[in-house]
Amino acid sequence: MTTIILAIVIGGAFGVVLDRIGATNPKYALKMLALTNLHLMKTILLAIGVAAVAMFAGQMAGLIEVGHMSVKSAYLGVFIGGLMLGTGWAVTGYCPGTGLSAAATGRKDALFFIAGGLLGAAAYMASYSWVKSTGVLDSMFGGKATVATIPGTNYPALFEGLPGDIVGIVLGLGFIAIAFALPNKFVGSKEPHGNAQPAK
Amino acid sequence: MTLSWKTGGILLGMVFLAAVLLVKPIGVSTQFVIADGIIADAISPSFITETEEGYTSTNAYMAKSNGKYAKNASNPLNYSFVFVIAMMAGAAISSFLRGGVKGGEKTMPNIWRENFGDSALKRFAVSFAGGFIIVFGARLAGGCTSGHMMSGLMQTSISGYMFTLGAFGAGIPIAMMLYKKSEG
Repeated sequence: MTTIILAIVIGGAFGVVLDRIGATNPKYALKMLALTNLHLMKTILLAIGVAAVAMFAGQMAGLIEVGHMSVKSAYLGVFIGGLMLGTGWAVTGYCPGTGLSAAATGRKDALFFIAGGLLGAAAYMASYSWVKSTGVLDSMFGGKATVATIPGTNYPALFEGLPGDIVGIVLGLGFIAIAFALPNKFVGSKEPHGNAQPAK
Repeated sequence: MTLSWKTGGILLGMVFLAAVLLVKPIGVSTQFVIADGIIADAISPSFITETEEGYTSTNAYMAKSNGKYAKNASNPLNYSFVFVIAMMAGAAISSFLRGGVKGGEKTMPNIWRENFGDSALKRFAVSFAGGFIIVFGARLAGGCTSGHMMSGLMQTSISGYMFTLGAFGAGIPIAMMLYKKSEG
């Protein structure tokens, strides 16, 4: 029962924040990807940085249970799937979480997004055995790998021996720094072929 | 109306932190599979079956990891599924309180109209196709923007970096080509 209450509270807060940062309006994601308005990019980078610094600092202080981390496996399909998601994201302005939330705010095109998503999930379920047989799901970097060794976990590390919590804080500060350093736009609305490129 | 990136970023970061502090990292795209499982099992009750050790399914993906997905589809009142329903409710309430989505914006965002015209059918068809490729890709990747990009990067996951590289690597050039007209 407690977990259901937590799901309602944290999920509800997530939905409210997604709406208030503009993520339920496809305009912001599309302009972010077209590099004409980086408001959402700066928001996301700051969020990742703040969460990373607080989580790893909390772990070092013994306030956050390391066991609550859940690192996903690395395999070639992660990158291929990322390319597919990025393609659809750049066309529609939705990703799974923001598409569902946008539909809830009354956007009708997002309902079609959800219907397509349910069919896409079904297609993956139907083709899973074949996808697996191609080898794209085979682990890389030792599977559930992190950048450095996180104390109290068994996650394999790309840089073994480096302290994962301190590296996590440094990377988090890096995300925050990039959020501050990024301009509001790289590409002007009148000049879609500007030379400026994102730092990352 | 939209929060500044500083306020919004801190609030969003706090939500992701609270999730890891209290339960586990946020993820959304798995729930499309769970929803499909619920639908499939309602149509054909033999789709998911209870075994002595737990749950399994006639579908290999639903049955993987000792029937974890099959179990959740059989018991929709679980953390991750309720989380996504609550997320939708939160977005709906927030949107309602600031006046809601109005007029033509309900059918398609203005930035689409500026670039591709006023056909609702066209926007709906593309949204459907987009949803298909996005959720198929997210399942292939094992997560989406929230699970891989946000939760992954905050945990220094290598998979998070791989996913982000793919998503922006495809997303940026495509959006730059498609959305040349915008009011800035």
